[in-house]
Amino acid sequence: MKEPVMPGAVPNPLRNILDRRLPRIAGPSVLVLFGVTGDLARKKLLPAIYDLANRGLLPPGFGLVGFARRDWEDQDFAAEAHEAVRQHARTPFREDVWRQLSEGVRFVPGELHDDDAFDRLAETVRELDARRGTGGNYAFYLSLPPKLFPTVVKQLKRSGLAESSDGSWRRVVIEKPFGHDLESARELNAVVDDVFPPQSVFRIDHYLGKETVQNIMALRFANTLFEPIWNRSYVDHVQITMAEDIGVGGRAGYYDGIGAARDVIQNHLLQLLALVAMEEPVSFSADALRAEKEKVLSAVTLPEDLAQGTARGQYAEGWQGGAPVVGYLQEDGIPPDSTTETYAAMKLGVNTRRWAGVPFYLRTGKRLGRRVTEVALVFQRAPHQVFSHTDIEEMGQNSLVLRIQPDEGVTLRFGSKVPGASMEVRDVSMDFTYGQSFTEASPEAYERLILDVLIGDPPLFPRQEEVELSWKILDPIEEFWTKNGRPEQYESGAWGPASAHELLARDGRQWRRP
Amino acid sequence: MTLYLPRTTTSQISEALAAERHSVGGGAMNMVLTLVIVTDEADHYDAVRAATEAGREHPSRVLALIRRDPEAEPAIDAEIRRPGTSGPGEALLLRLFGPLGEHADSVVTPLLVPDAPVVAWWPGVGPVNPAADPVGRLAQRRITDALRAADPVGDLLSRIVHYRPGDTDLTWTRLTPWRSLLASTMDQPSAWVTAAEVTAEPYYPSADLLAAWLSDQLDVPVERKESNGPGITGARLITGAGDIAVRRLDGRVATLSRPDQPDQTVALPRRRASEALAEELRRLDADEIYEQTATHMASLLNRAGVGA
Ligand SMILES: NC(=O)c1ccc[n+]([C@@H]2O[C@H](COP(=O)([O-])OP(=O)(O)OC[C@H]3O[C@@H](n4cnc5c(N)ncnc54)[C@H](OP(=O)(O)O)[C@@H]3O)[C@@H](O)[C@H]2O)c1
Repeated sequence: MKEPVMPGAVPNPLRNILDRRLPRIAGPSVLVLFGVTGDLARKKLLPAIYDLANRGLLPPGFGLVGFARRDWEDQDFAAEAHEAVRQHARTPFREDVWRQLSEGVRFVPGELHDDDAFDRLAETVRELDARRGTGGNYAFYLSLPPKLFPTVVKQLKRSGLAESSDGSWRRVVIEKPFGHDLESARELNAVVDDVFPPQSVFRIDHYLGKETVQNIMALRFANTLFEPIWNRSYVDHVQITMAEDIGVGGRAGYYDGIGAARDVIQNHLLQLLALVAMEEPVSFSADALRAEKEKVLSAVTLPEDLAQGTARGQYAEGWQGGAPVVGYLQEDGIPPDSTTETYAAMKLGVNTRRWAGVPFYLRTGKRLGRRVTEVALVFQRAPHQVFSHTDIEEMGQNSLVLRIQPDEGVTLRFGSKVPGASMEVRDVSMDFTYGQSFTEASPEAYERLILDVLIGDPPLFPRQEEVELSWKILDPIEEFWTKNGRPEQYESGAWGPASAHELLARDGRQWRRP
Repeated sequence: MTLYLPRTTTSQISEALAAERHSVGGGAMNMVLTLVIVTDEADHYDAVRAATEAGREHPSRVLALIRRDPEAEPAIDAEIRRPGTSGPGEALLLRLFGPLGEHADSVVTPLLVPDAPVVAWWPGVGPVNPAADPVGRLAQRRITDALRAADPVGDLLSRIVHYRPGDTDLTWTRLTPWRSLLASTMDQPSAWVTAAEVTAEPYYPSADLLAAWLSDQLDVPVERKESNGPGITGARLITGAGDIAVRRLDGRVATLSRPDQPDQTVALPRRRASEALAEELRRLDADEIYEQTATHMASLLNRAGVGA
């Protein structure tokens, strides 16, 4: 006779840890989406919600409420969402899934400062609780410019929406940028923190939702092959690159005054650095993982001479990929005397026993040679060569490249004998590729992250402490740049300004051409 | 691109694969597993298609062994669909003539992707003891489909006696969406479950598995009721405070009702072969819950005097 089981108690008797077929499903809840007319909502969030529903990962009692300053009815919003899903969802469109999902779709028109609108929002979610059994659990997704956060958060408090009762939960999701420096990040946090406890705040860095980024941990900690050489005894330096081939395009208003370092390095690249450089966490719980990331971020050191240890640039008019393109200063909406950088590179150190003396070179930029994100560990040369100098002339340093996007995978580069009578060694690659179609079936970063929010699973979301540590790294550099001249112009379609190449050349190294 | 090698040998096939790799460089070594399909002319088309679709998620080398006239002279006709023809994986359709049909393992062995796991799938009627089957012996995972047998429930019961870790049946895989929905209804507080019911078309092993699973996990009596289908049409958890019931009459959309809550509709489509197969390929380790459930099902049915 088994122990009597108590349904509804924890643990659920129908969930057995041996039963790995059953997916994690969100509990009954309402997702309130602010900024539904925005780019992010249309291209990523709405499609991701549909894909989750299509994979059977949303509960029957799920509601989606859109809020925007549009004179729409529920059906109008549903039609907009339908269009977004049709265009951008990853999984095939199924009428049954859509119909079931759209029964829980509501729209509330209004301005963010309008008390009435928020009272109507409160009514709407309660109506959903009653009609759809959404259980009084609400997640608020602020897909809005951050300057509007205070208004929304205050309204959520005033209207009583932020308050939970009877074991129901409230969660708030905010998108980057998390401020533009340490001070503003703290102010922003204070606004949110005032109403929502820290464990209810989910900061989205969509990079962390990517399969390839999570694979960094699998690669490092599930294998025996890499960890023994993952340190200063073998690694010469690390390069972390995120290159875009596009210019600022329609984001001019947002981008100018922010620049490449704040837009990309503060969050994505420093998170990648943390995952690559951290020690093995004692478990994969959110706390253990964040503790290791925080340790690494707090050990990051800046170059002593910021003029020598950093570089920045602005893309100039030119040709890219066979088409003429304008320079940054000629883009619509950019002041012709703007000093915002569209390229940033820096040399950081990680002051730990594992990494002492190993430089981490970070770079990001727009209008570069091609769109690519990767982390490359470049290994030291063999201490002694039996082969003559001419034999190994063509051989570079061994490297392990984690390709984050596109063409996700891992490359190992090493020397191999060139076939023929002479002993000549040249670099070759050993490649693991997820394969285009393979990754197509894997969930999009936003799917994973939205599901984690609804389930309340925090490991993939940076905590305020990490955000602040990142700003502490970046602030002195930004300050130095503001006081010292202008970004250097660089050729569109190439790999960044001369100063960035000199930055590595001074150390006797060079950037990989990704 | 498709390459035809009539009246060939496995070494010629291996050579053709290697030549292919040479001309494109690397490529095919990304295959994560070998999927061996043991089938016949009538079934192979659908089976290979399902495997190719599932291969989008799991790039694999598909070896379809198509049994032909057992009286003929032994021979292999091969058809090689290269990677990119219909997905990231490659497919080898091997028509086996004469006594070769009985020695398929000798054909399979040289063509397995090195080191990668091997999955065997019988889309039609499968062997009673998959782990002892010549092809099954080569595989870490053996997928049968009891629904294809003349007596589906009897087929499943006779096979579970020979269960070895790695065995699985698509009648169990097709059940995952039902189990997942029922499990999610119990993520929230509810009253004690005292009994349960499962309603489905007759001779439908998935329904008996669902009943056995509920009975085993909840430790309550479960009644198996019959309907006209399609497939499973309902499941009911009877609690002191009222019933938690899922009804799906059209094979597509279900209605979930719970005490004190509004009825909810849920898309619960019946699964296509490719979806079930993709789920099987996702995990290649032993499925203890399947074994436990199928064994429990056997004891429940024996107690009821069925299939004994
Ligand atoms: N797009 C991306 O790929 C991306 C990537 C990372 C992070 N993010 C972040 O995600 C958030 C949303 O991005 P987005 O690209 O979707 O921005 P967006 O296209 O500019 O849209 C922002 C939304 O905010 C609303 N809005 C703006 N001003 C408002 C006001 N005064 N009152 C009420 N509503 C107002 C807009 O509604 P109206 O249509 O009524 O103006 C729109 O729905 C931002 O925090 C952004 O930094 C975006």
